[in-house]
Amino acid sequence: MAPLSDTETPSTDEAPQALPGDGLREGIVDDLRNRIGASLIDSHIVPNTDLTVRVATDAWAETAAALKTAGFTWFSFLSAIDWMPSPYGNGENDPTVERAPIDMTITQGTCGGETRMQVFARLTDLDRHVGITIKADVPDDAPVVDSWTRSFAGANWHERECHEMFGIGFNGHPDLRNMYLPGDFEGHPLKKDFPLLARMVKPWPGIVDVEPMPEQPEPAQDAAEGGES
Amino acid sequence: MAPTLSDRQQLSYIASQAADARLNVELETEGMTLNIGPQHPATHGTLRIIARLDGEQVVWAEPSAGYMHRGYEKLTEVRTFPQVTTLINRIDWLGSFANEVPFILAAEQLMEIEAPPRAQVIRTILFELSRIANVSLFLGDLGVQMGAITPVFLAFRDREYVLNLIEGATGGRFHPNFDRIGGLKDDLPKGWIDETKQVMKKLIAFCDEIEDLLFGNEIFQSRMRGIGVIPADIAKEYGLSGANLRASGVDYDLRRDNPVGLAWDKADWKVWTHPDGDSWARCWIRLQETRESCKIVQQLVEQIPAGPIMTKVPRIIKVPEGEAYVSTENPLGEMGYYVVSKGDLGPFRVKIRSASFNNISVTPWVLKGVYVPDIITILASLYFILGDIDR
Repeated sequence: MAPLSDTETPSTDEAPQALPGDGLREGIVDDLRNRIGASLIDSHIVPNTDLTVRVATDAWAETAAALKTAGFTWFSFLSAIDWMPSPYGNGENDPTVERAPIDMTITQGTCGGETRMQVFARLTDLDRHVGITIKADVPDDAPVVDSWTRSFAGANWHERECHEMFGIGFNGHPDLRNMYLPGDFEGHPLKKDFPLLARMVKPWPGIVDVEPMPEQPEPAQDAAEGGES
Repeated sequence: MAPTLSDRQQLSYIASQAADARLNVELETEGMTLNIGPQHPATHGTLRIIARLDGEQVVWAEPSAGYMHRGYEKLTEVRTFPQVTTLINRIDWLGSFANEVPFILAAEQLMEIEAPPRAQVIRTILFELSRIANVSLFLGDLGVQMGAITPVFLAFRDREYVLNLIEGATGGRFHPNFDRIGGLKDDLPKGWIDETKQVMKKLIAFCDEIEDLLFGNEIFQSRMRGIGVIPADIAKEYGLSGANLRASGVDYDLRRDNPVGLAWDKADWKVWTHPDGDSWARCWIRLQETRESCKIVQQLVEQIPAGPIMTKVPRIIKVPEGEAYVSTENPLGEMGYYVVSKGDLGPFRVKIRSASFNNISVTPWVLKGVYVPDIITILASLYFILGDIDR
């Protein structure tokens, strides 16, 4: 029997690299701007933490290829956000009682946006230890974007999941079948206007834990008491 | 002297080879579809694998997930932030505490608060204990895929000690629900640290036992070595993480390379990699990592700082508007939560980036061309939990 340690290579003992600073993140944004030009719409750096960029819908697939050549070779995930507020509230109301109308204005988060839905994905540079979140608008009238599978084969399943959960199509995807739901399922469960039936029928018992927010916050007293016990 | 059974088998094999060569006829095979699962001992949960076979070789194979889909991403939208932890506990049910941590950290990042040092160290200890509880079951279960039963009994015996520790600290064996925004629910009980030290000695002995029993076994080696090789670029493209990535020779561990406010850097430990990328390497890396986890726990229990375990947070937690992605190195790989808050009591959207979903998505690529018995060992070595795929 061969010794167990014949091919083992314990990693090098050199000191771990310093965490990436904001200078590196700014450099990444500049590099991406050189590669895709005006398609880079907006970028946002959370100090010492994270980096988000938003690109034009047409440049969605191009961005993946550009970032892959720029060193972001590790594919983390791809999904979407539906920015419309849920017409059913947060499920914390008694469905038998009539509610006040919900404000349905759509506001997008970091890096803004113009449409109801956005796709977003995350890539990591394993050498520089830095991650990036990429966002792009999904057109309202034809919710289709290009597929990332040409650059990252791993995007295949994520796009299938995104397709069934949000109804977003992916141009160039090899096999856009449902992953979880039956093939004849109607509706897209993660869209905000897809009702969560259990909440429509009866109020959730767990909601008794939540006290209503006081009109005026009492910071001195509340903060001193500490966390929930 | 009559030939022994193995000699006779060998002779008949040689004879059949000779007959084939003489007739110059290739064996005619007929394509067939083989369904493995949804229930199979090699799957930790319910996963169905549809394999198109040519003889005994896989032409095309695809896992069909979704038997356990529970819609956690939708359910988080109708719960408050503290209530979400009860759900996400159940994603990777063998290492539950590790599931809670990245979500809590993401919420803390949005609220711009940080847990006190004592809570951070205890979190790290419990995190590593969940890793040991998770991976020790993997090490025991590994033998079952090849017909060895003993390791699984050893694993259940020694895993029990770890579960007792987790129960002693948190009150729950499987779903602790112990992590809170801003710290931890409770402090450690008296005598817990001494017991932990003893249990870690037992667990290191368990690792040695498994190494002798399984990794030194010739059958195990011949079933694992050179089977299911995943090169580094494929592993990166599919987003493999954890031991699966490091077994392909990529030296990346979030605990060392991108720690998020936990106390990994206070202990002296090592990231293991392996150049082969085969089933053997993936199992071997996990064995070494369990030892490293024991070492981390042994070192950290010696240096738990004094102080509070909970920082000041408002009684009713409202997370400010914003977006945060926080991921940690969980037992199965990188697990992260992309939390979108609109300033309400609950999250607006939570994208759960679970490790197994990416890890298992490589199977259609890696199963192409292997033989039927190897499907099982490759799946076992990729190590997934179905709750982690389906969420």
